[in-house]
Order: sequence, then C-alpha cells, then structure tokens
Amino acid sequence: MNIKNNKIKFDSSNRVDFVVINNMVKKKSRILDIGCDDGTLLNMLIDSKSVDGRGIEISSSKVNKCLAKGLSVVQGDADRDLVGYPDESFDYVVLSQTIQAMQDPYATLVELLRVGKKAIISIPNFGYWRVRTYLSIFGKMPVTPSLPQTWYNTENIHLCTIKDFIDTCEQLNFKIEQAVALDRKGKQISFAKSLWAANLIGEQAVFLLSKK
Amino acid sequence: MPSKVITFGPSQPLQLESGKSISPVTIAYQTYGTLNAKKSNAIFICHALTGDQYVVEDNPTTNKPGWWKNLVGEGKPIDTNKYFIICSNVIGGCMGTTGPSSINPKTNKPYALDFPMITINDMIKTQIMLLDYLEIDKVLSVIGGSMGGMQVLEWMTSYPNRIQSAIPIATSAYHSSQNIAFNEVGRQAIMADPEWHEGLYLDKKKRPAKGLSVARMTAHITYLSEVALEEKFGRNFQDRLSPTFTFDADFQVESYLRHQGSNFVDRFDANSYLYLTRSMDYFDLITENNGVLANAFKDLKSHVCIISFTGDWLFPTSESRRIVHALNASGANVSFVDIESNKGHDAFLLDEPNMFNAIEGFLKAVESKNC
Repeated sequence: MNIKNNKIKFDSSNRVDFVVINNMVKKKSRILDIGCDDGTLLNMLIDSKSVDGRGIEISSSKVNKCLAKGLSVVQGDADRDLVGYPDESFDYVVLSQTIQAMQDPYATLVELLRVGKKAIISIPNFGYWRVRTYLSIFGKMPVTPSLPQTWYNTENIHLCTIKDFIDTCEQLNFKIEQAVALDRKGKQISFAKSLWAANLIGEQAVFLLSKK
Repeated sequence: MPSKVITFGPSQPLQLESGKSISPVTIAYQTYGTLNAKKSNAIFICHALTGDQYVVEDNPTTNKPGWWKNLVGEGKPIDTNKYFIICSNVIGGCMGTTGPSSINPKTNKPYALDFPMITINDMIKTQIMLLDYLEIDKVLSVIGGSMGGMQVLEWMTSYPNRIQSAIPIATSAYHSSQNIAFNEVGRQAIMADPEWHEGLYLDKKKRPAKGLSVARMTAHITYLSEVALEEKFGRNFQDRLSPTFTFDADFQVESYLRHQGSNFVDRFDANSYLYLTRSMDYFDLITENNGVLANAFKDLKSHVCIISFTGDWLFPTSESRRIVHALNASGANVSFVDIESNKGHDAFLLDEPNMFNAIEGFLKAVESKNC
C-alpha cells in the first residue's frame, strides 16, 4: 500500500466491515442503516438475513439507486431525521464508517440507542499503526486508504482510536456486546488477547452496542 | 378521445364532509392501458388544482399535450403497456365531473354558489365510487402532486386498504397560512370582478375573465421560483428595445403572465376555482389527528414514496419531511427523495429525470412485492 496515495477510496462493494456487520445481525430483525449509500449493506442483510431493512442517505442520487433496488430509503441525515422514530423502533441501528463525520457524535450515539435496541457502529481507527507512523515520521496529518482526504477537505472531523471509542461507550454506560478489529486485509483481530495490539493493527473496528 | 363518464343517480348520493350531499354525481374520467385479469395493475392519478383527467392525450379544450405526458404513456416511467391508469376530474371541477357549473336539478340552472363546499376527502369519496364501479378492489399505486398530493395523503389516511403504494409529490399535510393567503387573493380577484355577478355569471352569459385571469397570474408566480423567472425572462423587454413609459406589458414577464391569465380563462370555470382552492385551504391532517400527524397513518400498510423539490417554496421540502417523520413514527414503509431543481413548484409537471427514475424504480419494487 502506498500511504501517500490519496486516490484510493473505499469501494462499498468490498467493504470488509459489511461481512462483520452481517454476522452480528439476527435473522428477520428490523434494521435501520444510517448513511446506507447505494444500499449494498441493506441488500446484503435482506438477502442473507431476511431483515426488514430501512435506510437513511444524504445523497439524492444514491437514494434513487436504493429506490430502484426496491429499498425503503429516506433522504436525510442522522442529525435531523432520527427524531421521528419512536424509542426502540429497530432491533439494530447501523452506522458504518460515518460517526467520525458527524457534528455531535456523542449525541448521535445516545440517539442511536434510543431508536435501536442495539447499535452497530464501525469506525476507522486513528490508532492504526500506519496512521501513527505517518504522523510521527512525516509530521503531517495522515492520508491513508481509509482516511483518503487532506485535513482541509476531510469530512472526518471527529476521528478517534479504538481505545477512545471504548472509553466513550463506558462514559455513556453502553455495553459492548461484540467488538471486532480488522486489519488492512480484512482479517479479524481479537480484542481479547490484547486491546493494545488491536488498537495498533486494526485499521477499522466494528462494535455491537446495547444499553446496560 | 372524449372523456368516459359515469353518473351515479339518486340512489347513490355523495355524502359530503360538510354534512350536505350531492345527487346526481357525474364523474368524468380517462383510462390508459389495460386492466389485467388479476386487477392488480391499476394506478390512480390525482390531478392538481387546475389539472384534469387528460393525463396523456391532448386536452380537447386547449389542444395542448396531456399534463403528465412526460411521465405517463407507452414506454414512459409509468408505462401504459404495463399499468392501467385511471384519472378522474375532481368533484367541484369543470371538466365534466359535477361542479358549480353543473345543472342543479332543483332549479334547472347551474349550481353556482348553491354548490355545497367540498373537501379533499370528498374528492377521494368520488374516486372510490369510481373504483367500485370499475370493480377494482386495490390499486397498485395512487400518485399525485400538489393538490393531487393532498389527495394521495387523504387516500393513505382514509382508504389505506385500497392502496398497495402511494406517491405524494410536492405536497403538504396541511395548507400553510401563506398558501391560504395566496388562494384568498385569487378568490378576491374573481369576486371583485363585476362580471362575477355573485357567482351567477353563467345565467347572465358573462364570465369574470379579468378576475380569474388575475387569480391565475398570482398563482402562477407561486408555481415558479425567483431563479426560474430570472433565467427565463430577466428584465428583458417584450418586442421592444426600450420602455414605453406606459402600463403596457413592456417586460417579457408581464406579457407571459398576461398570456397565462387569458389562456386560463378559456379553459377554467371561475366558481370551480373558488371551490377547489377552498378545499385545499381546509385540508389539515394534523389538526384532524389532534396535532399528531403520525396518527393519520396508523393503519397504513402500503409502501410510500415521498418526493419534493429543492426549489419549491409553495410546498417546501420541510413539509414533505414532516410527513416522512410522521410516517417513520407510525412505522410505515417510507422512502423520500428531495430532487435538486430550481424550477419551483411546477417541477413536478416538468421533465425531471430524477423524479421519473424514482417513480419508475419505486413502482417496479412495489410490483415485484405484489406478485
């Protein structure tokens, strides 16, 4: 991997976190996917887990793609459009690779576990060794495949490490039911052996949260 | 092709929300395509304030193309090779369905202001009468924009079991204060015209053309947008190079509005305009449901696709989003897309590929779930 190459972008068709999310979800559950993009994850969950899936997506062209696939998707964002949903109206609320771009991630986390009985959140890990190395060697803000933009045009305004995220969940009194870190190749890294190692080798992580 | 017409006689009066009733009731309607054996491919289209049943073919009064010809027809997003389309002129209208210009059987004269006040709910009652007559239990979808969108919302709340899906476009769960205000200007313009004769102009073989024309001019501005007007006309002069220092239509925008106004008079009945604008003003699903819009949709099992336009200030996106939130709260199956457009409220009648794609995709999905 060329860590200077900022042209590599996530391709939603091979998002490794989707596989992990898919494994966390129970069959026939009700799911809200926030930032559902072109509906790839929703379709995957409907196909393999027969879920009742809904989505929220900010881009109208992506909403149109979802509609063409027969998905129920609302154009909007989590900051504004979660208000209408009653408490625990979904079994799972999914927020994949989006929390770091939100205005108020703390409030969003609270809202996710109001609307959903459980929340599944995937984050890019700012504690990943390449990120750390980039910063320490080049002395510049890291640009990596999972964080491809420069500091001034990045949407990722609230980055955190796996450890930070775990701390926040504790503050919020959330129970981490499952946590999986993924290395660059999508291989799963156990938290159980060493959180220190997971925070170093994990390029991203997926958490299954519930209220204590 | 003249309109199809069905008349419901004295045995089937239309009971109105106001407590009054009308009989006989004639409904003028058009259909396109063929109803399949399972009767599962019917789509009901609800027209807007000054629309009519001529969705696809040229309008016989104006000779202009059908108002939703871009969207509906053979090979179009709402494909008449696949779907059976029904559109009826609303009750209170002036294109063949019973309205204030129809003959009152008690007086043998046009109803004029003796015509009872009608509501959006009353419009749907007549549409249900038509659907029963056509022996269609459930439509695949009900679609409409603006006042047509209000009708779609009314179907969703009053007849949820008769629809598989619904597509309310550029609409609102109630008519806003500003929109009531615009309607009132239009009505006052008509009623201030001496040729209106307290509504009895047909008896006197007159027409309140000036008043109706001003009403249309005002309304037409609300259907556009500042950007659209600027792009289309700017401050350009009409057939002249400099101002005439008179009250002639020096500016293109004036000339355009006058043209819109005078054309409208030839095709629309002034009293119908009063009644139909009033029906929109009275529409308020929020108050009807004690302030909780979600309650309006508690029995709804249908899939809903709500569409708004970014440049629509008459029925702004926020009004559509309010409906989306209510549908979410009621657990309904809702999709929502806000289409980028600077064309104003009129966008729903125009060639908007993103709207077409959304409707086509949504209908296909509903259809596949139906089978």
